[in-house]
Amino acid sequence: METYYNPKDLAKFGTIAEGNPKLAEKFFGWYGAAFEDGALTAREKSLIALGVAHAIQCAYCIDAYTTDSLEKGADLEQMTEAIHVAAAIRGGASLVHGVQMLNKAKTLGM
Amino acid sequence: MADLVQINDHLSDLGVDLDSAESGPKRTLSLMRRRAPLAVPAAQLAALDAADCGTRTDFEASIAESGFPNGLHPGKMEIFQINLGKLCNMTCRHCHVDSGPDRITENMDRATVDACLRALDLTNAHTVDLTGGAPELNANFRYLVDECVKRGKHVINRCNLTILLVPKMRDLPQFFADRGVEVVCSLPHYRKRNTDAQRGDGTFEKSIRALKVLNEVGYGTGDPKKMLTLMSNPAGAFLAGDQNALEGEWKRGLKANHDVTFDRLLCLNNMPISRYLEWLIERDQLDAYMQRLTNAFNPGAIDGLMCRNTLSISWDGRLFDCDFNQQLEMEVDLPEGKRPNVHDLDAEALAARRIVTARHCFGCTAGQGSSCGGSTA
Repeated sequence: METYYNPKDLAKFGTIAEGNPKLAEKFFGWYGAAFEDGALTAREKSLIALGVAHAIQCAYCIDAYTTDSLEKGADLEQMTEAIHVAAAIRGGASLVHGVQMLNKAKTLGM
Repeated sequence: MADLVQINDHLSDLGVDLDSAESGPKRTLSLMRRRAPLAVPAAQLAALDAADCGTRTDFEASIAESGFPNGLHPGKMEIFQINLGKLCNMTCRHCHVDSGPDRITENMDRATVDACLRALDLTNAHTVDLTGGAPELNANFRYLVDECVKRGKHVINRCNLTILLVPKMRDLPQFFADRGVEVVCSLPHYRKRNTDAQRGDGTFEKSIRALKVLNEVGYGTGDPKKMLTLMSNPAGAFLAGDQNALEGEWKRGLKANHDVTFDRLLCLNNMPISRYLEWLIERDQLDAYMQRLTNAFNPGAIDGLMCRNTLSISWDGRLFDCDFNQQLEMEVDLPEGKRPNVHDLDAEALAARRIVTARHCFGCTAGQGSSCGGSTA
């Protein structure tokens, strides 16, 4: 079956440079620097990336940062907690708008 | 082969059935015991040859293009690594030796131990690295440690930790401490899940208990004569982490959660051989893992490969470039097809040898590099 997503495409990310090498170079340089050990460890950054990957539901990123988190020494329990944080923010982001609903309802209601 | 009656006497002296869960966790049975086709090294090499390694397929060609046009040759021999045999109280899922409680006969006898000591005296190796199986289960283990210490060698014992809880082995931590033996312990992760998945249910809890005993006799407290080293390999089809980055986190985690301390962490990749190879094939992950290894090929890891400073000796006295080659029965290759034995070790001829390689070697050159001494890059 044909699909938009192909797992093999992940390894071809670099070919995005074909249409504009300069921008690709800037992007990949910045991307690499953002993930380096700094005030946060590379492992913490990988877990953040894993959480964000789930929040934005990027299949490529989930594939890449599941492997990367494991290789950075995280285990399944830590990775699951990272995903719950992402999911909690997503759920919370919807629910907190309930206050807007409440405000409006109270304005309109008697 | 050591005398069977003698081995059985030694085993019954242990006071515990090695086959029992009580003696040590069992994640699986050995390939040999299951009569699995992959028990035969030639079948393992054939499976590796058939794997889709991606764009990089030839280890020798990869070495050649990385500044080693004539292949790998040894540097100074620093480490004498003796594999005392395949007998073990555990049966881990990833074991590259296919060790287990059933591997009774493949254990080094006293005559071979003495030949190792004579051979050791012909070299300038500063370190003797004892491995297995569980090397402690060999009847000649303590004798060998004493003889190496007498010669002023740094002795490393590769320990699965759970063996230290077997009743007859409980004096070992003090035995090691009295002799300044470095204890290198297998622990895939500082948290429970990955450890038990790889090594069997209950391993983590037993390992922590054993580490506490080692701490009690002074190991892992910064004393160079009582070095406690932890060795982690991934519980799955991914590469080992950066040992320098992980060491601090492991130290904090083990201290905070279990009040355990240690001196250093080594990370190594799993080699795609023996029971780990079987697991990869069962999960249909062999091609992906080989591609992970070949994509991560790191020329900077070659210089420090253990085959360049180590000689590996098997329980029956044969010589190998490393313990992985030993398990694949790929003996050292001397001119005219000579296959020397520890009984007739010729240090000069060995120094001139070309190291034997195959596709499994991509495991040692991937990422940070990987060896019995941790990362090599």
